[in-house]
Amino acid sequence: MQINRRTFLQVGALAGGGFALSLHTSLLAKAEAPTAPPDLKPQAFIHIAADGGVTIMARASESGQGMRNMLPMLIAEELDVDWKDVRVQQADLNEKIYGKQFSGGSANTPMGWEPMRRVGAAGHELLVTAAAGTWGVPAAQCTTRSGTVHHAASGRSMGYGELAAKAAALPAPALSGVKLKDPKEYRIIGHSQRGVDTHSIVTGKPLFGIDTQLPGMLYASIEKAPVFGGKVKSANLDEVKTLPGVRHVFVIEGGITLAAYTPWEPGMEPGIAIVADTWWQAQQAREKLKVDWDLGPAVTQSTDGFATKAAELLKAPPGSTVRKYGDVDAALGASAKTVEATYQFPFIAHVTMEPQGATAHWKEGKLEMWSTSTLPADGVALVAKTLGIQESDITTHMIRSGGSFGRRLQNDYLVEAAWIAKRVDAPVKLLWSREDDVTHDAFRPGATVGLKGGLDAQGKITAWRHHFVTFGDGKQATSGGGMGQDSYPAGFPPAYALYTSMQPLMLRTGALRAPGDNAYCWVAQSFLDELAFAAGRDPLEFQLDLLSNKKMPWNSGEHDAVGDHEPTGASVLIPERFRGVLELVAEKSGWAKRAKEPGRGMGIAAWFCHLGYFAEVADVSVDAQNKVTVHRVWAAGDVGSQIINPNAAESMAHGGIMEGMGHLGQEITLEAGRVQQSNFDEHPLMRMRQAPVIEVYWRKTDYSPTGLGEPTLPPILPAVTNAIFAATGKRIRTLPLQRSGFRWA
Amino acid sequence: MSIQLNVNHESAVVDAPSDMPLLWVLRDLLHLTGSKYGCGIGACGACTVLVGGQAVRSCMTAVGDVGSAPVITIEGLSPDGRHPLQVAWEAIDVPQCGYCQAGQIMSATALLQKTAHPTDAEIDAAMSGNLCRCGTFTLIREAIHKAAQTGAPTPGK
Ligand code: FES
Ligand code: FES
Repeated sequence: MQINRRTFLQVGALAGGGFALSLHTSLLAKAEAPTAPPDLKPQAFIHIAADGGVTIMARASESGQGMRNMLPMLIAEELDVDWKDVRVQQADLNEKIYGKQFSGGSANTPMGWEPMRRVGAAGHELLVTAAAGTWGVPAAQCTTRSGTVHHAASGRSMGYGELAAKAAALPAPALSGVKLKDPKEYRIIGHSQRGVDTHSIVTGKPLFGIDTQLPGMLYASIEKAPVFGGKVKSANLDEVKTLPGVRHVFVIEGGITLAAYTPWEPGMEPGIAIVADTWWQAQQAREKLKVDWDLGPAVTQSTDGFATKAAELLKAPPGSTVRKYGDVDAALGASAKTVEATYQFPFIAHVTMEPQGATAHWKEGKLEMWSTSTLPADGVALVAKTLGIQESDITTHMIRSGGSFGRRLQNDYLVEAAWIAKRVDAPVKLLWSREDDVTHDAFRPGATVGLKGGLDAQGKITAWRHHFVTFGDGKQATSGGGMGQDSYPAGFPPAYALYTSMQPLMLRTGALRAPGDNAYCWVAQSFLDELAFAAGRDPLEFQLDLLSNKKMPWNSGEHDAVGDHEPTGASVLIPERFRGVLELVAEKSGWAKRAKEPGRGMGIAAWFCHLGYFAEVADVSVDAQNKVTVHRVWAAGDVGSQIINPNAAESMAHGGIMEGMGHLGQEITLEAGRVQQSNFDEHPLMRMRQAPVIEVYWRKTDYSPTGLGEPTLPPILPAVTNAIFAATGKRIRTLPLQRSGFRWA
Repeated sequence: MSIQLNVNHESAVVDAPSDMPLLWVLRDLLHLTGSKYGCGIGACGACTVLVGGQAVRSCMTAVGDVGSAPVITIEGLSPDGRHPLQVAWEAIDVPQCGYCQAGQIMSATALLQKTAHPTDAEIDAAMSGNLCRCGTFTLIREAIHKAAQTGAPTPGK
């Protein structure tokens, strides 16, 4: 769509709404090291045509979390237009104009809540000022409704379209000074608005990264080494070049430096790129490839080797102390009872429904990219660096993707597409096969965790000792494999220690939805359930009691005074909110009156991450063959004062629960450096017949709204495994379920 | 080789090897990109289309085997995007990322053609070959029931 600058109102977001993004993403890796928010320059988020049509720019990438609705809804609310009259347009990448265009860490809600509403309110103020000026009346006497300014005393009205040109000529007000609506007046926020792309989706319109179509476009596929970082020694390139449809074959040298610590975005993976007239032909040619690989040092890695090393590390003195207060060993020694357990969880892959890929076109020294990245600015920087070109020579269109779940925070596929495009005189669409996607994922790393907890004679926790054996070089944990000092239940047991030890890993790892939390919650909430059982207490009552302890200050800073309505950016657990969701889910699930019968049980768990609180209860049955059915899940969430788009929010909770259940059955294993799984048959997702009934409840609190992409997920894992324990008396300490003798029905 | 197909009630001629999967003929030769690639091994259902009224995995269907059987893709399900399943999907706002949904709707179309008012168990049986990574199963079930209430006409009509 062409925007006519003379007839459109343009309002820019100004600096001031930004706050540190770093803490939302601290688990991601160094690529997200704290950076000052950019100074947002005046820029068009709102376009009002002379005929009154309103276009609102969506700044964040969309991969299914509803960002194209949520952020524009905030603007539309304060602008005071009807949502049905709004057309949402995806912005291209331009952070100078739009601010941070990042979708991850459930950060868009807290990051956008204030600035996006202020952008809308600034537009509103300009339109009212324009109307008041036209009529020669005080602006304070004007009101608005549904895209029209009214002056009641004189009975005059003007539509926003008529005022747009005049309003656009006025100086934009400072965002910090604009007046925001009283939430009681909201007509868009808090009311379900259908996905802006839903109609296009159900009618099969080209919408996704994979659907990008350009004149003269060629298709690319890349054969990578079966072992991470393995290089091409030689290959039958001449033969492959003659195969039907094949236009180009390139050897990618790659840029991976293998070491004990594999960083976020470790570099381009070596391989052979085949460019053909159709993707099918590129794939067919790949089958004819005969490559002699220099597999490199990662060929020595295996899941069994990792397990052996982890067991050694678990017995040895820990590598380092992450957090410690109180004399844990003395407290354990003095405890009436102690419980010790080892938990293990595996590597898993993202398997976004749309495999990774991108389209790029190099023409006359400029690069144009059609990107599904959720961290697109990092992608541009990486492309520029890898190709040796200027960032200013790159244009990036942000295309909807078929899921990210953290995978598209890394930009490897984008760099590959650009690298190939620079060598080809045509637009190129790169698509990974599902097998490429599974075997070259940025895996959620596995870990082994040694736990010891103490109970006093009254069955109260005395001490908690947590030895987290992860991957890295001893100083830095592999991406997605670090554990923060405030990970629950840190701060609540009277004495506490979190130690970490690391073993080397040469493999791309990364952030998977609720990174870290998606597994640490399972460990902590399972072990709490164990302690409650050992204490002979109800797990809910046991945890509520633990939460009533005076919390040790969080090392990341204490901001938990109730009434602290502004998002601080700091991730700080507020006990009252954690308790609140537990009590709500207990009430809704009938926890106190739950039936206890052999083969059927209920489990409860809660977690805090990405500024959101969720508690979940699962009702589970286990048959004689140890096949597990989840019948019903109750979820209670606290993400602050507003559920901005209720239907989408509930759907997001369903998604987190279904994904978390999926994690219970998945694993990625390595043998001789090779990933053993390659497709959905070996790395399964949940299916329709396995989907439980899900009930979602919201506990609205006075806090500023926060995101939903992630916090819905973690509690379901321990809720299910604790329910399996309730049903069978068998404690699941090793995932996936199959490794503990259970499987999905 | 030159292959004559009947796609969405129109005849189409493509130049493709007979073992090329129908999915890639649709997507890359006919530029009908509504049908999606998810696995290529028949394990996800994202590529589901109707061939001769049956829901098939187009990633596993060689174009040479299609013959004159009518092929219906999501783009041809209705002339105006108002097939009862599309209407129900929109009303309930089923999609998250949306990538699986064309395949879901095509599988549901085949289900409703055979079973006008499916039970939950029949939905489970018909739809469990369609993965949804985003976990929209509850909404898909609801939308199928809703569409069944309005009745599903023959696709394309
Ligand atoms: S792409 Fe055909 S079943 Fe998955
Ligand atoms: S909506 Fe994303 S895979 Fe189904």
